[in-house]
Amino acid sequence: MSNGRPSQLFRNKSAKIAAIPMIVTALFVFVGGTAWTVVYSFTKSGLLPRLKWVGLDQYERLWSTNRWLVSIENLIIYGLCMLVLVFVIGFILAALIDQKIRFENTVRTIILYPYALSFVVTGLVWQWILNPDFGIQSIVQGLGWESFAFDPLYNADIAIFGVLIAGLWQGSGLVMVLMLAGLRGVDQEVWKAARIDGIPAWKTYIFIVIPMMRPVFITTLVLVVTGIVKIYDLIVAQTGGGPGVSTEVPAKYVYDMMFRANNLGQGFAASTMMLLTVALVVIPWAILEFGGSKNRG
Amino acid sequence: MVDVSPSTLSGPQGPKPRKVISRRNIFLYGTLFVVAIYYALPLYVMIITSLKGMPEIRLGNVFSPPVEVTFAPWVKAWSEACTGLTCDGLSTGFWNSVKITVPSVFMSIAIASVNGYALANWKFKGADVFFTILIFGAFIPYQVMLYPIVIMLREMGIYGSLGGLVIVHTIFGMPILTLLFRNYFTSLPEELFKAARVDGAGFWGIYFRIMLPMSVPIFTVAVILQVTGIWNDFLFGVVYARPETYPMTVALNNIVNSTQGVKEYNVNMAATIITGLVPLTIYFVSGKLFVRGIAAGAVKG
Amino acid sequence: MNRVKGLLSATAIVAASSAAATELEVMHWWTSGGEAAAVKEFADAFNASGNTWVDAAIAGGEAARAVMVSRLTGGDPMGAFQFNHGRQAEELIEAGLLRDITDIAEAEGWKDIVNPSTLLDACTVDGRIYCAPVNIHSWQWIWLSHKAYEDAGLPVPTNWEEFVASAPKLQEAGKLPLALGQQGWQQRGLFNVLFAALVSNDVFMSVYGDKNVEIAGGEDVAAVFKAAETARAMAAESTVQNWNDATNLVITGQAGGQVMGDWAQGEFAMAEQVAGEDYSCLPGLGMTELLSTGGDAFYFPVLEDEAQVAAQTELAKLMLKPETQVAFNLKKGSLPVRGDIDLSTANDCMQKGLKLLSEGALLPDTAMLNTPDTADQISTLFVEFFADPSITAEDAQAQFVTIIENAE
Repeated sequence: MSNGRPSQLFRNKSAKIAAIPMIVTALFVFVGGTAWTVVYSFTKSGLLPRLKWVGLDQYERLWSTNRWLVSIENLIIYGLCMLVLVFVIGFILAALIDQKIRFENTVRTIILYPYALSFVVTGLVWQWILNPDFGIQSIVQGLGWESFAFDPLYNADIAIFGVLIAGLWQGSGLVMVLMLAGLRGVDQEVWKAARIDGIPAWKTYIFIVIPMMRPVFITTLVLVVTGIVKIYDLIVAQTGGGPGVSTEVPAKYVYDMMFRANNLGQGFAASTMMLLTVALVVIPWAILEFGGSKNRG
Repeated sequence: MVDVSPSTLSGPQGPKPRKVISRRNIFLYGTLFVVAIYYALPLYVMIITSLKGMPEIRLGNVFSPPVEVTFAPWVKAWSEACTGLTCDGLSTGFWNSVKITVPSVFMSIAIASVNGYALANWKFKGADVFFTILIFGAFIPYQVMLYPIVIMLREMGIYGSLGGLVIVHTIFGMPILTLLFRNYFTSLPEELFKAARVDGAGFWGIYFRIMLPMSVPIFTVAVILQVTGIWNDFLFGVVYARPETYPMTVALNNIVNSTQGVKEYNVNMAATIITGLVPLTIYFVSGKLFVRGIAAGAVKG
Repeated sequence: MNRVKGLLSATAIVAASSAAATELEVMHWWTSGGEAAAVKEFADAFNASGNTWVDAAIAGGEAARAVMVSRLTGGDPMGAFQFNHGRQAEELIEAGLLRDITDIAEAEGWKDIVNPSTLLDACTVDGRIYCAPVNIHSWQWIWLSHKAYEDAGLPVPTNWEEFVASAPKLQEAGKLPLALGQQGWQQRGLFNVLFAALVSNDVFMSVYGDKNVEIAGGEDVAAVFKAAETARAMAAESTVQNWNDATNLVITGQAGGQVMGDWAQGEFAMAEQVAGEDYSCLPGLGMTELLSTGGDAFYFPVLEDEAQVAAQTELAKLMLKPETQVAFNLKKGSLPVRGDIDLSTANDCMQKGLKLLSEGALLPDTAMLNTPDTADQISTLFVEFFADPSITAEDAQAQFVTIIENAE
C-alpha cells in the first residue's frame, strides 16, 4: 500500500518530529513510570518512595492477603459480566434504535447521558436506589409485596452485582452509541443483498454485520476493558468496598495501600501484578492488531 | 407512527420496518420504553431529591415527587456550601474547571490528532511499538502514576502549575484519542492523500489543508470525550493543582464526602447535578453529532 | 501577643513579618461541621495576627494525605498541614522535608505546659520537635441516647455490661442497640476500645507496645474478641457508612449507643444536645476509666521564603496559646493540650475527660504504637469480621496474632 508514498527517509523525519510528544509520553511516562513502579515494588517504601530493598517480600505478603485475593476474584466476576453484558446490551439497544424508530434522539440521549456523569455520582445514586430502607425494596414492599427483598449492596454474596448494575447503567450508553455508529457505517446494500437471499435479520447481524464492525468493536473493547481494570471511584462511592471486603477491587487495594496504610511498596507490588496481567494480554494482542501491515488502507 | 420520512445519509439503515401496529413494533417500542425508564430513573431521583427539603427526605421513599418544591439546596450547593472555611459552594470551582478544561481539551486533542495522523498516514519504523505502549498505558491505574509524575513535573519545574495539569491531562487522554484519530484517518480515502503528495504538500500541509477540514466529526467526538473526562476528574485536579485553582470536583468531593451534622442528600444531589451540567449539556446538544462522528470514523479501520 | 518574650532571632523575624500580611496555606481534612467551626478559630486568630490564613481543605484523610505527600515531594510545599502525629510523619522528617521547630517549642516552654508529655514525645524525633500538638482526642467513649432508652422504657446503662444486657429490650422496641459505621477504622476503633476498657492495661501495652505474640493469642485477648463478637451481633442491623451518620442515629434516638472517639461530641453540640440530659457519655465504657491520648498536630514544611517562615512560627506559637486552645477545643470537642487553662465552660463529658487527664489515667494512642500499615491490616481484619458472622472470635484472634507477629 505504500507505493506512491514519499520516500522512507523523508516521511520519517516529519512524522517523527510530529510524533515526539507521543514518543516522549510512551517512553518516559508509561514505560518509565511502569519501570519505576516495578523497581519500587521490591523496596520497603512507606509514606515516601525509598530504595530500601526487601526482595520479594511485598509480593509474598500480597499473595497471602485475603483482601487481595478477594479483589482479584471480584474483578474477574465484575469484568466478565460487565464485558459480556455491556456488549450484548449495547449492541441490542443499538440494533433496536437502528430500526428507523421515532424519537430516536430522545431515546439515544436518555441511554447515553449517564456517561456524562462521574462515577462518584453514579455510585451515590445507585447506593441510594438500592438502599433497602428507602429505595426499590421499600417501594415494592409498600405496594403490598411484603416479602420482596432486593438489597444487593447489603448482601456480601451478591454486592458485586449491585455495583455491576450501576456500572452497566453508566457505561452501556457509550457502547450503544459506538455500536449504533458502527451499524450506520454498514453499507445499505448489505441489507438489501441479505434480504434478497432470504437470510433472517438475526443471522445477517451475527454473520455479516458484526464482522464488518470489527474496528468499532476494537475501539469499544479498549474503552470498556480499560474502564474495568481501573474501576475504583464507583466502588468507593457506592460501597466503599463493603459489606466486609465483598466489593474490593485491585485498584482500590493499590490506592488504600499507598495512601491509607502508607505502604507504597505494597501498593506498587499490587499494581505491578495488575500491569503484568494487562501486559500479558495487551502486548500480544496489540502486535497482532496493529503490528501487521494488513490493516493499512 | 406511520410516516417515517426518507432517511438522510446518516439515518437509520437497519432492516426496513413494514407495518405500523405490528407485534414487532409493540415489542420494539415496549422494550425501548422499559430501557428508557431504567436509564432515566436515577436522573429523576437526583432531580426530585434535590428539590426536597431535608424533613421530607427523612420520611423515605426516594421516588415520590416533592410535596413542597424548594430551590434552597441548589442555592446552597452553588454558592453557600462550605469547603473547610470557604463557603462559596461550587461557584469558584466552576471557573477553575473551565480554566483547566479548555486548554487541556485543546492540547490533548491537538497532540493526539497529530499522533493519529502520523500513525495512519506516515507510518515510520517503530511507530507501532510506541502505539502499543500507548494502548498499554491506557490500562495503567492512575493512582500508580501519581508519584512518578510528581517527580517528573518537579524536574521540569512545573509542578503545581496549570501547565503541569494540562500536560497530565494530555498524557492520560493520549491513548484513547490517538486510537480514535488513527482509526479515523486510516478510513479516509487513500487517494486524497496521494493526490496531495503529488501536489507537493508536506506533512503539515496535508494535515492542515486536507485532514483537518475533513475531520470535524471525529473532533466532535474527541471534544465530547475529553470535556467529560477532564471535567469529571478529581484525582489529578487535587494532586497537581493548587488550592486557588482546584476544579469544581474538589468542592463537590468536599460537599458530598463530609457531613455537616446530618447528611444533606438534597444538597449533595443538587451539587452533583450542577457539576454534571456542563458534560450533560454537551451530550444533550451534540448527541447527534457524537453518533455521526463515531459513525464516520470508528467504523472502518 | 507576646512577641517580645521570644528568642531574639525569632522576635526579629516575627517583627519583620508583621509589616506585611503574609499568606500561609494551611492544609487539613477538617470539613465536617464541628471540625470546620473549630479550624476557623485558628484561622481567625492567625488573621488577627496580621497574617492571612489560606485555607486548603480536602475531605477525606486519604485524598488529603495523597495531596500532602505529592506537594511535599513535588517541591511545592504548603505552609502548614494537619497530620495525625504518631508514626505517620516519621518518614517525612527523615527525608528532611519538615521544619525543626524545637526553637519555638523551647521559647514557648512547651515542655512545661504540654500535658500529657507523651503528646510532645510523639512530635519528637531524635530529640528534635517537629510538630505542634493542638488537641487530645481519646477513643474510649460510648455515647448513649437518652431518647432511645426512654422509648424502650429502660434506664440508661452506666457501663458496657449493662449496655450489652439492655440490647434485647432495645431491639424489641425497634431500636438498633449499637450504631457502627461500616468502615474499617471505626470497626478497628471499637475493638481497640473494648481492648482498652475490658482487660488490664498491661495486656494492652504488651500486645501493641511490645508486640508480644503470646499474650496476643492468650485468654485476655480472647475475651476481647468475644466482646467484639457480641458487639457484632448488636450492630448487625447498622448499615450506615460514616461515623457521623452513626452518631446521628444516636442523636435521633434510633440507636441506643455508639462507641466512638470524643469528636462525636462535636456532632451532639451541633444538634444542640446537652450532655447528661439528651445523651450520656461513659469514658472507658464505664469499665476501666482511662483515656488514650491521640490527637491532631500541625507540621510545618521546610520553606525558603523568610516571611513565610516567620508566619509559620507565628502560627505554631498561636496554636498553643491558652485563648486559641480553649476556643478551638470547645468547638472540636477535644481536650486542650495544656493543663494550665480554665475550661469551666466545658460540658459534662469534657469535664470527665479533663478529670481523667489530670489524674493521669492515660494510655498511649494506638497511632503512636502501630504503624499505619499495621493499623490498616487490623482494620481489614475487622472489616471482614464485622461483616461476616461466620468468622468466629477464635479465627479472628488467630489472624490478629499473625498481624502482631509481623508488625514493627
